[in-house]
Amino acid sequence: MIRVVLPPHLRALAQVKGEVRLDVPGRVTRGAVLDALEARYPMLRGTIRDHVTERRRPFLRFFACERDLTHDAPDAPLPEAVASGAEPFLVIGAIAGG
Amino acid sequence: MSGVRVLVGTRKGAFILTGDGKRKQWKVSGPHFAGWEIYHMKASPADPNRLYASQSSGWFGQVMQRSCDAGKTWETPGGGMGKTPDGMPTGESNKFVYDTSPDTGKPLTTHQFYDGTQHPWEFKRVWHLEPSLTDPDVVYAGVEDAGLFRTSDGGKTWQELAGLRGHGTGPKWQPGAGGMCLHTILIDPTNAKRIYVAISAAGAFRSDDGGTSWKPINQGLHSQYIPDPKAEVGHCVHRIALHRSRPNVLFMQKHWDVMRSDDAGDSWREVSGNLPTDFGFVIDVHAHEPETIYVVPIKSDSEHYVPDGKLRVYRSRKGGNEWEALTKGLPQQDCYVNVLRDAMAIDSLEPCGVYFGTTGGQVYASADAGDSWAPIVRDLPAVLSVEVQTLA
Repeated sequence: MIRVVLPPHLRALAQVKGEVRLDVPGRVTRGAVLDALEARYPMLRGTIRDHVTERRRPFLRFFACERDLTHDAPDAPLPEAVASGAEPFLVIGAIAGG
Repeated sequence: MSGVRVLVGTRKGAFILTGDGKRKQWKVSGPHFAGWEIYHMKASPADPNRLYASQSSGWFGQVMQRSCDAGKTWETPGGGMGKTPDGMPTGESNKFVYDTSPDTGKPLTTHQFYDGTQHPWEFKRVWHLEPSLTDPDVVYAGVEDAGLFRTSDGGKTWQELAGLRGHGTGPKWQPGAGGMCLHTILIDPTNAKRIYVAISAAGAFRSDDGGTSWKPINQGLHSQYIPDPKAEVGHCVHRIALHRSRPNVLFMQKHWDVMRSDDAGDSWREVSGNLPTDFGFVIDVHAHEPETIYVVPIKSDSEHYVPDGKLRVYRSRKGGNEWEALTKGLPQQDCYVNVLRDAMAIDSLEPCGVYFGTTGGQVYASADAGDSWAPIVRDLPAVLSVEVQTLA
């Protein structure tokens, strides 16, 4: 079971509290986690990555295991601790704006 | 008993202000979608309980919201009304994809950018929602980068009316300081095939076939800030308005200049008259007097606040040129707010009510067609849009 921590606005949009837990079939990559997240919570489609290009929205970053994974390839495997559920995958909104 | 419902979009959420028929007692609900920008919220004229809201954020992009119970509850309609077996709503946040099909989309590639180069269209947000006058499931959406979309399934899916971008002048459109946005959509109440839109900074456009084909309607506009001040397109139109009894007469607040057309936009003439400044954003028409119009003059294009520290609505009872300042109940010193283009609305009670919101977070109401004013609320986030429903 993969654990995902969403920023507060996306938790509100998805109507969830706390961490999201997802079954991710196959290799645990960022793309696979986001695919599973959007399948479970369709209202999040387009909010983390573009509907069509699947590019990350510019003010969002991806952290896990105290590492910034934002610029890793979407199909690169996530750390084993994320794949095993020991550590969460974090979607982080940039500190910006008023 | 009659009443009104004022729908307010702000920088940090939506608010619904419900008033009695006298428009003296108010109930405030909100913030809805707390922390998100609500560029616009509007009700269907065909179903007063059906509301649509444009929710957006620089972080998370565009979300469309719909309410079927007058704003008590909301849903993201992208996936329909259903829920998953474990109770989760299935709606997507909504998808606005420009038409790039070979038939209609192939030439719709670039517009002029700030530096003069050509730049591809990129969807950013929905500025304005205009529900059909007759069908609650049909809504038009004006978006940034400028384009017009339509849903016919209550917001589940949106299709671009690509003839607007594709009629030929698109490469000459360019963004204003607020972005390149389609911010005004007017549907002719006597002819649903006729639609007007306005774009900053391109100008006004009209379709006579329900949005399939379009033509610029900017003859008579004069804009010093573009190389050819009388160009076919490139004008920064801030708002247009019409009275439902006389839809061929249009009123326009341009970047500078208040304009009027008596021939459905084919030609325009200036009616700024004795206004203290003819820069501004909003313009609207009295509910029962088609020659009575309202504007809020703003000091200049470089100083976006009211002149002389005085918040004054100006009213013309002659369709322009002769204007009177309406000040009773409005701050007349040390006031430096702006009133943005979608932030004025008029109800259809007798006498009609006039409403506007400011970047300082005040929403003012007049229950006597502008003669006197009082704040409904004073301390909201900066107001982006104001709409009003007249309730039976």
